[in-house]
Amino acid sequence: MSSRPRAKVRVQEDHASTSLIVSSRERFFGTTWRMILVLLATAFALLPVVFVFSSAINPAGTLTTQTLLPRGIESLSDMTTNFRKLMFDAESLAVFPFWNWVVNSAIVSVTSTTLIVLSTILSAYAFSRFRFYGRKTLLLGIMLLQAFPNLLAMIAIFLILLEIGRLSTAIPQVLPFLSFIDWSFLNLFVLNALGGLILVYVAGSAGLNTWLMKGFLDTVPREIDESAKVDGATAWQTFWMLIFPLARPMIVVIGVIAFIGTFNDFVLARIILRDKENWTVMVGLYSFINEQFNRDWGMFAAGAVVAGTPIVIMYLLLQDHLARGLTSGAVKG
Amino acid sequence: MTTQIDTALTPPPSGSSTSGQGSISVIGLLARYLGLAAFNAMALTFIYTFLQDDNLNLVVVFSIITLLANIVIFVPRLWPLRWIAPGLLLALLFVIYPIVYTVVTAFSNYGDGHMLTKGQVASLLEQQQFIPENAQTYRWIVYQNAAGNYALWLVTTDAAGNPLVAFAPIGAAIEEVASPASEPPEQYAAYRLLTRAEQTRALGTLERAVFGIGSDTVAILNGRQAARPLMQRYVYDATSNSILDQQTNTRYLGDDKLGLFIPEGGTAENALVPGYRVNIGLANFQRLFSNPVLLEPLVDISGWTVMYAILAVVISFAFGLLMAMVLDHPFVPFAKFWRALIFIPYAIPAVISILIWRGLLNQTIGIVTNAIADLTGYRIPWFTDPWAAKAAILLVDLWIGYPYMMLVCSGALKAIPTEMYEAAAVDGAKPWHSFWKITLPMLLISVGPLLIASFMFTFNNYLLIELLTSGNPPIPGITATAGYTDLLINYTYNLAFGANNANTQADYGYASAITLIIFAVMVVIALFNYRFVARWERIGENV
Repeated sequence: MSSRPRAKVRVQEDHASTSLIVSSRERFFGTTWRMILVLLATAFALLPVVFVFSSAINPAGTLTTQTLLPRGIESLSDMTTNFRKLMFDAESLAVFPFWNWVVNSAIVSVTSTTLIVLSTILSAYAFSRFRFYGRKTLLLGIMLLQAFPNLLAMIAIFLILLEIGRLSTAIPQVLPFLSFIDWSFLNLFVLNALGGLILVYVAGSAGLNTWLMKGFLDTVPREIDESAKVDGATAWQTFWMLIFPLARPMIVVIGVIAFIGTFNDFVLARIILRDKENWTVMVGLYSFINEQFNRDWGMFAAGAVVAGTPIVIMYLLLQDHLARGLTSGAVKG
Repeated sequence: MTTQIDTALTPPPSGSSTSGQGSISVIGLLARYLGLAAFNAMALTFIYTFLQDDNLNLVVVFSIITLLANIVIFVPRLWPLRWIAPGLLLALLFVIYPIVYTVVTAFSNYGDGHMLTKGQVASLLEQQQFIPENAQTYRWIVYQNAAGNYALWLVTTDAAGNPLVAFAPIGAAIEEVASPASEPPEQYAAYRLLTRAEQTRALGTLERAVFGIGSDTVAILNGRQAARPLMQRYVYDATSNSILDQQTNTRYLGDDKLGLFIPEGGTAENALVPGYRVNIGLANFQRLFSNPVLLEPLVDISGWTVMYAILAVVISFAFGLLMAMVLDHPFVPFAKFWRALIFIPYAIPAVISILIWRGLLNQTIGIVTNAIADLTGYRIPWFTDPWAAKAAILLVDLWIGYPYMMLVCSGALKAIPTEMYEAAAVDGAKPWHSFWKITLPMLLISVGPLLIASFMFTFNNYLLIELLTSGNPPIPGITATAGYTDLLINYTYNLAFGANNANTQADYGYASAITLIIFAVMVVIALFNYRFVARWERIGENV
């Protein structure tokens, strides 16, 4: 019995010697193998990045002529060949209307993000603060809806947008007394139109974001609401003047996720937007590859650099903020 | 701030007639009802137009949406739902209705050959016309008016041998020419006689045209010398649910189980094209499990889908955890810098990175393939060999996915109390032991839900497969479009939309049936995950 305390002390000393006081030999090997791993992982991560930059500045625009590091660059104008062709060459812009895509992407992402954040925070506030019949069911329901592979729901969405497209001409025919209204505004929300895509994005984004936001609002003390109530504020005033500003960290998280998500989306955008003038950047970039994989590689690379760099920078700057927001929301559920 | 009684934060007692929002200013109230009135007017306009357009689905959906919007505004007890309504009503149209639509479709034969309803098919068939064998024949000459429309000058003789002349413009009634001259005039009404050369040039258009209107029409099919009157070919009779083919005098009976008009005494192979859309009950599901031609690729593809989803998550998690532990170690200098670099792949838009990898791995000119070939002498057939293609997918998935796992693990590792390691060390545990007994279990508890969510995402990762391999290489010897690397979702999508393959038929019913099965699996996983998360929910004070 008396031997146990002594043994414990010895182990503690051993432990201390391994974790705190390290021999220089141990330190050297420990650092070496870890750094080898880190360098390998970095090389793996950066290989495609280096390749796409080198393709972008390589004046020979085909895939066949690519090397990891570009060859045959003699001047600055060589380096910008692909970029100039992508952005300013009239002949190429007629085939690949890059600026249209950029403007479309900006419109779609900014509008969707604004609407997503607004509708999310409104419902999240209700779920977090009010107690009403069916609250739990609704919360669970919006999460389960997210589990539906919505790719196949596209048939119905397609048909809805098609039918809305008929409204602008059908309404004046069916109800002639309403023809004083210009119904053509409805054409903003049809197949092949950006508004239709935005509606689909906003409708489909509710589930996860509402959960995240509700999780965050749950951590905002209810005393704030209570004191506002005592001061005679309505629920709307409490929300708008107190909760909305306090929720800013999570609004940033959801906003960034929504912005990047809609900017990066390819599948829905490709199905809904038919004409190339209406495409978003991602659908457009794919067309460089789809039409002639080898030939337009350089322009694809230049477009990828232009479209991808802002997103990557945004991610890297907000990385810690996003990680914190995501885990806090997820854990608090 | 106005002084208003607010009961927002405490639910109103049941039976109370006060609005939950408290008393609201007159202007606010007015704005609310005016807004609702505008919304209702717009919605009713839409609903009425859909009704006129025979689109009953949307009539129902928009009616439900309008009704709910009104209930939420007018029933005081439901005031909290007003905050949720905008998102919810939009989701009703673009999320819930499509799901219901998919469910209904799964029990129907909707697809190529069965696109339309019975009524639509019948009216489509009734537009078809034919030239009866024993029909009167006419000699013809062509006229044209200033607008460019053609008309025929038709000449024949009646039973008594007297000449009979008629003038037949496109889209207008055929009129008899009362007392014709022996030669056709240069000008008739607004129409001008064409020269022989002009007639020859117009022949292509003329052969496809139908002259006259309604049931009294004439055509010159395939450059025939003679024009003949046309007759409506099919006549639909709703009471006997049958279609009569007046050309062959065959009666086709509607079979509402198959959605086909089948000839009397004949078989389904001889049915009229197109068929129509009907509810076929569980037939799609039965077909799925009983037809080996369909079942075989489905089993292969499901196996690969599950294998891919598990492997991708496990590999990404393993690499992410490894790099998180390495980078968290005090020996590694500039850890923040390296972490940012390694995180870059996750930040690049997936479309871009997948397409770059497709270029890197290109079998003949990709620089990665070339480098491996130079080193080992073996040129990896990334996109033609099934196993190499699967490896390529896992490789790209790892590249995209593990930085996220690294980020998540890094946060979760910091949350494990160091006392646990100290206690383990006291009990004489080796680092390896404490990894298996402490780090991994603790990590799995906190990261578990994210891993499951990641599994669900990977299971349906349509984009990666579509852009990297498009499902190739194809599985030989089966009729459906299926490739070795197709995931269930890709296979289903191709079934529904016919992929790039022109001779595959779109089969929405069958595709929807598979979708429902995927959905069921996903819901089970999501519910499991929810229970996982629910444990924390109980800890949270606000829930």
